[in-house]
Amino acid sequence: MADNGEPVLRLTGVNKSFGPVHVLHDVDFTAYRGEVMALVGDNGAGKSTLIKSIAGIHPIDSGRIEFEGRPVQINGPRDAAALGIEVVYQDLALADNLDIVQNMFLGRERRRGMVLDEDSMEEAARETLSRLSVRTVKSVRQQVASLSGGQRQTVAIAKAALWESKVVILDEPTAALGVAQTRQVLDLVRRLADTGHAVVLISHNMNDVFEVADRITALYLGRVAAEVKRADVTHAQVVELITAGRSGDLGLHPTTAAENV
Amino acid sequence: MSTDMSKGSAAVTLADSDFAVDRKTHDVRSAALDYWSRVRAGDLGALPAIFGMVALVVLFTALRPDTFLSERNIANLSTQALQVTVLAMGLVFVLLLGEIDLSAGVASGVSAAVMAKLIVQADQPWYVAVIAAIAVGIVIGAVIGWLVAVVRIPSFVVTLALFLGLQGITLRLIGEGGTVPVRDEVIVALANKNMPVWLGWVMAGVCAVVYAALQLRRWQQQRARGLASRPLELVVAQAAVVAAALLFGTYVLSQDRAPSPAITLAGIPWGVPLVGVLLIVCTFVLGRTAYGRHIYAVGGNAEAARRAGINVVRIRMSVFMICSGMAAVSGILAASRLNSVTPDAGAGNTLLLGVGAAVIGGTSLFGGRGKARDAVLGGLVVSIIANGLGLLGAKAYANWLITGSVLLLAASIDALARRRRATTGR
Repeated sequence: MADNGEPVLRLTGVNKSFGPVHVLHDVDFTAYRGEVMALVGDNGAGKSTLIKSIAGIHPIDSGRIEFEGRPVQINGPRDAAALGIEVVYQDLALADNLDIVQNMFLGRERRRGMVLDEDSMEEAARETLSRLSVRTVKSVRQQVASLSGGQRQTVAIAKAALWESKVVILDEPTAALGVAQTRQVLDLVRRLADTGHAVVLISHNMNDVFEVADRITALYLGRVAAEVKRADVTHAQVVELITAGRSGDLGLHPTTAAENV
Repeated sequence: MSTDMSKGSAAVTLADSDFAVDRKTHDVRSAALDYWSRVRAGDLGALPAIFGMVALVVLFTALRPDTFLSERNIANLSTQALQVTVLAMGLVFVLLLGEIDLSAGVASGVSAAVMAKLIVQADQPWYVAVIAAIAVGIVIGAVIGWLVAVVRIPSFVVTLALFLGLQGITLRLIGEGGTVPVRDEVIVALANKNMPVWLGWVMAGVCAVVYAALQLRRWQQQRARGLASRPLELVVAQAAVVAAALLFGTYVLSQDRAPSPAITLAGIPWGVPLVGVLLIVCTFVLGRTAYGRHIYAVGGNAEAARRAGINVVRIRMSVFMICSGMAAVSGILAASRLNSVTPDAGAGNTLLLGVGAAVIGGTSLFGGRGKARDAVLGGLVVSIIANGLGLLGAKAYANWLITGSVLLLAASIDALARRRRATTGR
């Protein structure tokens, strides 16, 4: 499925400051259709700011964003959603008192006239879940409150896949999960890429990253230390990129890396 | 639908293990077990209200066997329940967001005062006065909603302030010690005149048949498309219970309840179909429209709703407008029953009864859970208590104590059920 031609999403020279704090320095970032791009970095490296810039929550100060080759402006969450960028946040953003179908269509309900078209929403939700081979859900009419952490994560991801989404950004999807549930979610992340989405995976867990990612972008103090193919690097190298900004001949120039310390 | 989806859909065939519960045909036994496990997990629904109603009817029948179940008292009870039910129905919207409107009672008083003054002093026809009263309610709600949703003052404080302030407005409008009489025929008819007996039967019959038809059609559609559905027996049983309740109520209210054999007094009070229409409209809005879905979403997780692109501020403002608008209708019903509006209209325990009715009916004070029908069930329970205590000749202090305790009891059941849901993951 992976076509390694033009990236769906390309950021070039993106800068973002909050007052005097320069959070993102000339960041370049890409996401390819059918691939999982892992975004790694230590706390405060700028991962969250970067995805929030892409999602339109923090519009960028300078730099270019291209989507499918066209330059675009993302000034708000609605702009991002209109392009087909979906974000699955760490705290999930599901309403416990609604069922799976209702959550998946929240804010974008299908209707016939004034009336909600429950039947077609239920069919579409079930179809999306089966396409992603989600087998752990007993009923799509279950309340989300009755789901386990892994199932909730699954629903949140499936919700992102339901729309005409081209880029799905996942913020630490396995952070709070046990071993078996992590397994399920990683499988789902992989299937998401295999069904033609460009997936951006933020993770602290190197095992997860090496298991599902095709490429890795390492951020170090607001700069991109390196963008590498997973096959070309080792665990240790990525950890070095995260902690020191460089590893051998990979990464930032020593003076740049030292600049912000 | 997405491009990947249409590509995928051809290949999609559901494995047996997927959505096992949705696929399996339910029988009554498994549905009953499922229901029982939901109740045990703290999802009580209408149970407390129904048990409460049965217990109260048994209690008051035992204590006042001659009067409590008399046709006249039941008719009286049904008009007593009207105003508290409508007030509670408005409050359900606010409670669904986990907010509270302490000023709904006195808002009903202000609206009724405006209506009465327009009819009596400005000589306006009843419909102008009613529209003006409801508009006053909606404006009050808009003010509350703006202060809560935009300025972000806790609704408890905003509406407590309005609870005091609006009583001042009613007092100013009517004058200290004054009373504005309401003699307009249409307004007075709401709580004091009855529908012709035949019309009552026709309406009850039509409602029962339409309800059953809608339920069956929905079930059939779900089955036809392979969607999650309930067992047919349950659908039929539910329709039968609704039909029985409608027809039984009509039968009781169609009996002659005149105190002297010289005249006949029978039929459903005109206010009952009004509440019925409000119930149908509110149930439709909450259950079948995107707006209703968004109310539940904001009540369940406001942040999730915001990220889903729902305008949370607008939802918050709108529920207060609905609540105060419904409060105005409740004030009109109260004015109709009393044939007048006094400076303390809607004050006292009016709001307490409204909130109590909503909570007893099954609406949660914590937001996200509740239905329009809760107001009807809870309104009946609350009115039975008030009516029964009246028949017993209870002293005022006992009345207050008992009503307060009932609200506290309902809130405790709500809180305990919520804890139970939290521990069992419901």
